[in-house]
Amino acid sequence: MSPILITFYFLAAITLASAFLTIYSKNPIHSAIYLIICFFSIGGHYLLFNAQFLAIVHIIVYAGAIMVLMLFTIMLMNLNKEDEVHKPRITRLGAIVVFIVMSIVLVTIFINSKTIVGEYDTSGEDFQSIKKLGNVLLNEYMVPFEYASVLLLVAMIGTVLLSKKEKSGK
Amino acid sequence: MGNILNEIGIENYIFLSVLLFCIGVFGVLYRRNAIIVFMSIEIMLNAVNLLFVAFSTYHQDAEGQVFVFFSMAVAAAEVAVGLAILVSVFRNLGSIDIDNLKNLKG
Repeated sequence: MSPILITFYFLAAITLASAFLTIYSKNPIHSAIYLIICFFSIGGHYLLFNAQFLAIVHIIVYAGAIMVLMLFTIMLMNLNKEDEVHKPRITRLGAIVVFIVMSIVLVTIFINSKTIVGEYDTSGEDFQSIKKLGNVLLNEYMVPFEYASVLLLVAMIGTVLLSKKEKSGK
Repeated sequence: MGNILNEIGIENYIFLSVLLFCIGVFGVLYRRNAIIVFMSIEIMLNAVNLLFVAFSTYHQDAEGQVFVFFSMAVAAAEVAVGLAILVSVFRNLGSIDIDNLKNLKG
């Protein structure tokens, strides 16, 4: 086994284990910390692909912004205790059955699908440096890029409106 | 530097993404805490992003990574609005148990 393959298996094990522990742990704070580990390992996968800019953006956006927002909300609502009531037993059993069946079906589909014939494309051409990505993003995807900014603006206004305290006796 | 997929293979990444996505679905179905449900949705989005980057490398094309940027922007907006909704639900009901949110049930 090559070192890269070993790295991949190591990162994949961390990703899957921490994603599972996110769901399994009772305390929401622990879930958030496991999710941060999961995001960092996915960032490691991006680095393995040599997609440096995406790895950095992923760490900044997910582990930096989104998880801070979630931890802040958990602490705001004082949820850092393990008092969650479980779902009814039949629902939990159904969830486990759905998980197992879905995994088996999807993995079987991809095992039996047509395998790749021949080698992968290794032209060595630069396609994922920041320069190339910026060119593609601001030439071909200019309009969606602007729409993304509009979306973020709308989300910001909506968040402020939603979390504003309502006046009593309205 | 050669293509990383020569060493790892696209199938391994497909299996990893599929399993990650299934774990996310499991979390949405299994837990009652709305914040954990949100985290599961993030896991599913990340599984899809990972597969996008894998196929972007497979085709040696930057467009897959550009799509991941948009998906990250949408995820950020979704989390901000969703957490604001959760805060207002918590303010009205005193808990964020999703099984309590059944006022619209006939």
